[in-house]
Amino acid sequence: MTESTMRAPHTRSSVSLREFQAGFARALTAIDTHSSAAPEIADLARQPGFAVYRNTVMKGCIDALQANYPSVARLVGEEWFRAAAALYVRAHPPRRPMLVDYGDGFASFLAKFEPAAELPYLPGVARLDRFWTEAHVARDEAPVPASNVARCSPQELALTVLRPHAAARWAWFDDQPIFTLWRRSREPRGDDLSDVDWQPEGALVTRPQGAVQWIALGIAGCAFLDACAAGTSLGAAAAAALAADPGIDLAALMGQLLEAGAFGSAADSKSPSEEK
Amino acid sequence: MKPSAGLGLKPQHFEAALAAPAAGLWFEVHPENYMVAGGPRLAWLETIRSRHPVSLHGVAMSLAADADPDTEHLERLAALVDRIEPFIVSEHLAWSAWEGAYRPDLLPFPRTREALARIAANIGRVQDVLGRRIAIENPSHYLRIDGHEWSEIDFLTTLAERTGCRLLLDVNNVFVSGRNLGYSAEAYIDAFPTRFIEEVHLAGHTPDPALGERLLVDSHDAPIAPAVWALYERLIARIGPRPTLIERDDNLPAFDELVAERDRAAAVLRAPMLRAA
Repeated sequence: MTESTMRAPHTRSSVSLREFQAGFARALTAIDTHSSAAPEIADLARQPGFAVYRNTVMKGCIDALQANYPSVARLVGEEWFRAAAALYVRAHPPRRPMLVDYGDGFASFLAKFEPAAELPYLPGVARLDRFWTEAHVARDEAPVPASNVARCSPQELALTVLRPHAAARWAWFDDQPIFTLWRRSREPRGDDLSDVDWQPEGALVTRPQGAVQWIALGIAGCAFLDACAAGTSLGAAAAAALAADPGIDLAALMGQLLEAGAFGSAADSKSPSEEK
Repeated sequence: MKPSAGLGLKPQHFEAALAAPAAGLWFEVHPENYMVAGGPRLAWLETIRSRHPVSLHGVAMSLAADADPDTEHLERLAALVDRIEPFIVSEHLAWSAWEGAYRPDLLPFPRTREALARIAANIGRVQDVLGRRIAIENPSHYLRIDGHEWSEIDFLTTLAERTGCRLLLDVNNVFVSGRNLGYSAEAYIDAFPTRFIEEVHLAGHTPDPALGERLLVDSHDAPIAPAVWALYERLIARIGPRPTLIERDDNLPAFDELVAERDRAAAVLRAPMLRAA
């Protein structure tokens, strides 16, 4: 055995494990590494190797954010994205080790982010990126098949309660074509946005099975799903949809939502004619 | 299972991995990437598992923090272990979570008696909840820390003796740490306790962008270096075959390139068996 692998001299550490970790954690995120409190930690932070930890931590968080917000990254470019992401990471470090789930506050962050003021669509696009992530990792659930609903009389249907599918996420954006911008950014040739109509849009992002899917959803459809999520009957949800858009074709809307697999069939959803 | 060579598996390579011939091939994943309620990720992993042995290599249990393992995280790991039935579960001699914030890295600490007692208790807690033993990996080092009361090898050996855990020897980490802290990687490899080694890791490293070869970074984004292959051959010649993983986490090449590295490790593993035969 060489000296390096033998027992090191028994010098007592001057800091406890707790003090070491508290100081190290602070120094990792401190803007000015050298002003760190404990002298033992300040000494470590002055070594060139300390930057490896700082860089690895920051890179890991930014990579995760970029993976979770690909549409935002494509719209603003990688350099801009990573600079903004670094600021987000400092303000909101991960709370949990599942980085696939990291960044749930990024849309709100972008909404208040001064340099993004001229890109008012970014928070909305970030929201749809987040919907995609949530749909991707949501629990598996069979959607309510359209045939179950077709067997019901209109009276039965009005009293039925359907719960949105575990993976379903939807939103209405009342001043911008967020869905088109987001959808284009996920297509191979999506960089030319000159022909986008600047109009309000809504979207439903979900995963009835297999891969995540998305469709455009009108304001009535969003109101309908909001009502279902609140636990109302389909009759009350239909009233909410009509209030949002008096001209809505309710049968067509119901067909669109069933086709998209927007409703979940798990036990706590009181789906009509469900086989037990 | 006869010790063979495996590959770290990334989602980008799932299709190629499914098409790969099965003989002796196993895969390792970070369980944190599969701690989800449902969806394609879990489905992919279960499909892979239906054809190959899988090892779960945790990066976030934060065993060396002066804190109990996070209960929720531990329960998620236990659920995944039940679902995937991995042939090895491993973690690191490092910490990453502190007071509610998670830092995606493997952070160092002074190897004191206090740290030994805390980490032994944490390993014991994890093994109790999982109902199986885990393997602990030697991390890469970048800092000279005052106050170590144990060498890393003595520290790891004592943990294994006290808790019944096994050890995962990362040869690249030994090379990187030896270079960064100025000790002999060969001496470290030669002194590592054979009886506790359950798995071996091989990975690539890169010179620090600012400091060059004086500071190596365990980046997992490059092919395995010739010096690391030499250390690996030296190790296997001494201890005999052990399950060996090619780790690649960044700058992913085509799947075939990783398979070529895996085949090279498999050839090294066969060599001592041929000698013994």
